Amino acid sequence: MFEYAPAPESRSVVDIKPSYGLFIDGKFVDPTDGGSFKSINPASEEVLAEVAEGGAGDVDRAVRAARAAYEKVWGPMPGRDRAKYLFRIARIIQERSRELAVLESLDNGKPIKESRDVDLPLVAAHFFYYAGWADKLEHAGFGPNPRPLGVAAQVIPWNFPLLMLAWKIAPALAAGNTVVLKPAETTPLTALLFAEICQQADLPAGVVNIVTGAGETGRALVEHPGVDKVAFTGSTEVGRAIARAVAGTRKKLTLELGGKAANIVFDDAPIDQAVEGIVNGIFFNQGHVCCAGSRLLIQESVADRVLESLKRRMAQLRVGDPLDKNTDIGAINSAAQLARIRELSEAGSAEGAERWSPPCELPERGFWFAPTIFTGVTQAHRIAREEIFGPVLSVLTFRTPAEAVEKANNTPYGLSAGIWTDKGSRILWMADRLRAGVVWANTFNKFDPTSPFGGYKESGYGREGGRHGLEGYLNV
Amino acid sequence: MRRLPGMTATATSARSDLSELGRSETALRTFLHGLPGVDQVGAEQRAAQLGTRSIKTTAKAQAIDLAIRMVDLTTLEGADTPGKVRALAAKALRPDPADPSCPHVGAVCVYPAMVPHVAEVLRGSGVHLASVATAFPSGQAPLEVKLADTRAAVEAGADEIDMVINRGAFLAGRYKEVYDEIVATKEACGDAHLKVILETGELATYDNVRRASWLAMLAGGDFIKTSTGKVPVAATPPVTLVMLEAVRDFRAATGRQVGVKPAGGIRTTKDAIKYLVMVNETVGPDWLDPDWFRFGASSLLNDLLMQRTKLTTGVYAGPDYFTLD
Amino acid sequence: MSERVAVRKTYKLFIGGKFPRSESGRSYLVQDANVSLASRKDARDAVVAARAAVKGWAGATAYNRGQILYRAAEMLEGRREQFVALGVPGDEVDAAVDRWVWYAGWSDKLPQVYGGANPVAGPYFNLSSPEPTGVVAVVAPAAPALLGLVSVIAPAIVTGNTVVVAASPAAPLAAVTLAEVLATSDLPGGVVNILTGRLSETVPTLASHMDVNAIDLTGVADADLAADLEVKAAENLKRVLRPAPVDHDWFADPGITRMTALLETKTVWHPKGV
Repeated sequence: MFEYAPAPESRSVVDIKPSYGLFIDGKFVDPTDGGSFKSINPASEEVLAEVAEGGAGDVDRAVRAARAAYEKVWGPMPGRDRAKYLFRIARIIQERSRELAVLESLDNGKPIKESRDVDLPLVAAHFFYYAGWADKLEHAGFGPNPRPLGVAAQVIPWNFPLLMLAWKIAPALAAGNTVVLKPAETTPLTALLFAEICQQADLPAGVVNIVTGAGETGRALVEHPGVDKVAFTGSTEVGRAIARAVAGTRKKLTLELGGKAANIVFDDAPIDQAVEGIVNGIFFNQGHVCCAGSRLLIQESVADRVLESLKRRMAQLRVGDPLDKNTDIGAINSAAQLARIRELSEAGSAEGAERWSPPCELPERGFWFAPTIFTGVTQAHRIAREEIFGPVLSVLTFRTPAEAVEKANNTPYGLSAGIWTDKGSRILWMADRLRAGVVWANTFNKFDPTSPFGGYKESGYGREGGRHGLEGYLNV
Repeated sequence: MRRLPGMTATATSARSDLSELGRSETALRTFLHGLPGVDQVGAEQRAAQLGTRSIKTTAKAQAIDLAIRMVDLTTLEGADTPGKVRALAAKALRPDPADPSCPHVGAVCVYPAMVPHVAEVLRGSGVHLASVATAFPSGQAPLEVKLADTRAAVEAGADEIDMVINRGAFLAGRYKEVYDEIVATKEACGDAHLKVILETGELATYDNVRRASWLAMLAGGDFIKTSTGKVPVAATPPVTLVMLEAVRDFRAATGRQVGVKPAGGIRTTKDAIKYLVMVNETVGPDWLDPDWFRFGASSLLNDLLMQRTKLTTGVYAGPDYFTLD
Repeated sequence: MSERVAVRKTYKLFIGGKFPRSESGRSYLVQDANVSLASRKDARDAVVAARAAVKGWAGATAYNRGQILYRAAEMLEGRREQFVALGVPGDEVDAAVDRWVWYAGWSDKLPQVYGGANPVAGPYFNLSSPEPTGVVAVVAPAAPALLGLVSVIAPAIVTGNTVVVAASPAAPLAAVTLAEVLATSDLPGGVVNILTGRLSETVPTLASHMDVNAIDLTGVADADLAADLEVKAAENLKRVLRPAPVDHDWFADPGITRMTALLETKTVWHPKGV
């Protein structure tokens, strides 16, 4: 047997402070209301730092700082100079990428190989991409004189903390807005390190403000009358509440919400790559991915074979210490999320689906869930309809392309979909009919700063990334 | 519609008899073109991903010794002489003269004319003696000549034959011709093991690599091998990955296990370990043995030895301390 | 000789390509005509008709949609005098025809302008294309009666959406007459559905309907009502176009945002390999 010895990435590369204030107007400040909460390492339940909990007064301070910076500095600044600040930030992120990656894995629980090889390169690339737009907005196709909106309120989730920050802040700043961003309460640390990077880049005070806190802080932010734009990534339930909250206001809204993507495998698929795509689709980032391929639709004629290959492949997945370079699946982000995954998985068993996980030893402390598939699932099962947001795959079968499309679209969500077949015309036929914002054909979970991302139906509206991503931050 | 008869099954329940396929060109073509396609980008990404595994300390020491045991220490030069190949054979037996705990390599691989000289040195050692044959490396000779080449090598003491397939016939779609040549060569081998060199650098696509792998296995090859080392592109991780998937699926379909040998271009310990990780995670421990996986290489051995010494002594070694044969 | 007795027109709803009366049997008097007073059930029926029409209309070629919209402009031009007789100023009818022609030409251009290839950092083909969002509920502005109506319907349907239009209660005759134009323009039944009557009966139903994908509140003058409708629309995350400012110049170049607001962007990835 070939046992891999532990290969941990050193955590000494990052210096976590015992406590963090709010980042308002270029400085770290104590919250007026004085609250705080702890951010823990989900792989060990160890407390990483004490983080300030922003109240309504703090949100107000941050919005005022952002407004002042918008009016006095960032708004009037020529695009080419805004670009230089964004390029500067992109460079610093590259220079400090290992530090950021380790911190992300500590705070979030995701494997270091993902934070190092996926999250951080994309974060830097995103800032580079939008930096280049800052002085070219009149060429972006939104008319001759596109204007920024003003102050953007941005609320981001815990699954890709720094990447979601980049998706929000980079286009906002490039378009000339200033921002107040609230990171998720379980993963605030990389956003706070990003605040230090803003300082290091000499970004003018107030252009970026980071207010940490939980749901109430987020609510205060999106409901603040001084914001002109609200951008949210997270659950459909909260997205709905935000859409109600901004109703009747001038605030422009973009929402990137949940998903229940179908990953469709035809009998002429490149099977080995399809299996990799299935694994990547649902087990990447512990399945904490809104566009995860959480419903596998296999053509009946190859179902047994694909499942056999999938199980064999799943047995190779290494679950454990997120900082071990060989870990494929890290820790579930929080106790609450783990409870939800367990609850839905139990519902899957109770409703008669057959559950399978590879033999897999889970650490004693921390939050863990073995990679799991359910077979014999039908569209009526809860696990085929509700977003689990964990490493749990529901397997269904189909007989014809039309049936695959029908099942794939039979959901209120519409974020992403996957198609696996060697037949080009079938790919295009399917892609035309799938009601999803991103369709991956013979690949899955690919992201790029130039490529717009976002959903149909209850997966939200607006696009992030690419030229399209500017639209949500311009007065067009 | 693509079908691999019987492949749905758990290993024992539904083995297929594929022996009839070689009887007709049509049957072979239908079968080979019915194999699942390989997406180039996906296959290359998977191979690259496996290459990011970090193998440290005890696992690394274990991997290095295994890799040494898997080396087919090779010299295939026009300038080879009895003296040169004897020295190489001596090194195969004792790769690190300073360290008796160092294992011997898997085999020595030479041209047929050199076989008798190597055989003298290796006799009784457990190190196999491989010889390229069948008008290596181009294979462009009449079949009778190739078979005679094979028989001569076996008679001279080779217990493994590395043959080349007829790439021209394969690329032209004359699968039966390729198949028949492999069958004939296998017969000429007698008890010697047959490694079938696909020369993947000339096959152009991974789909072709998968088809050629199956063709070689269907025809009775004991090993499938990537390359002669005589064309610009030799073994690569994704090519080896596709071949490993083929032997895995072939065993699932037929119950027969076939070995894999990447050859050419593997020069460092780091590379070798990446291949072992790929074997481990694609076909599993059954193939982590010199009987089922080999490296066709020459300079790799010294790098393995240097790394082995580094692990034992804790200091980085230098090339002056290892023999150059 | 006595004067000829005119044949009066009955103004009815326009649902699924047909002109039914309100299922409620009610009507109200506008400009001496009895106009159907649409009910919640009529709104529901209109959504069913609009949904049924999505597949064919969104699936039609852009060229075909452009041809049909252009045909509608031709028909509109031919009925110029009818609209004038209803009190629509001649220059407004002309502007409405021109606007319809302008939007007709967008059908096969917007996907090029608004979509395109994305140069991703990897061996992938990556293409973003706009697609219609589906069924759109539209609250038409009260004025200008015809140009306002055309300016909200044409941009919604040219890209492949189907619409349920709540006509302005004050100006339903132009709306029903426009329906007659559309009914003779090769436009498939159900692509445009027009409800007349009270907004308070039909629009909340449309705003909360779970099979409506977007709502255009352009003609909602009451800010509180608009906010309430937007709250209702949030239930299934409808795309929302907020009310137009009171001083909106309907004769000005509308730009493309009325079209893009009712589009989804779909991005397709595929590896490039041999």
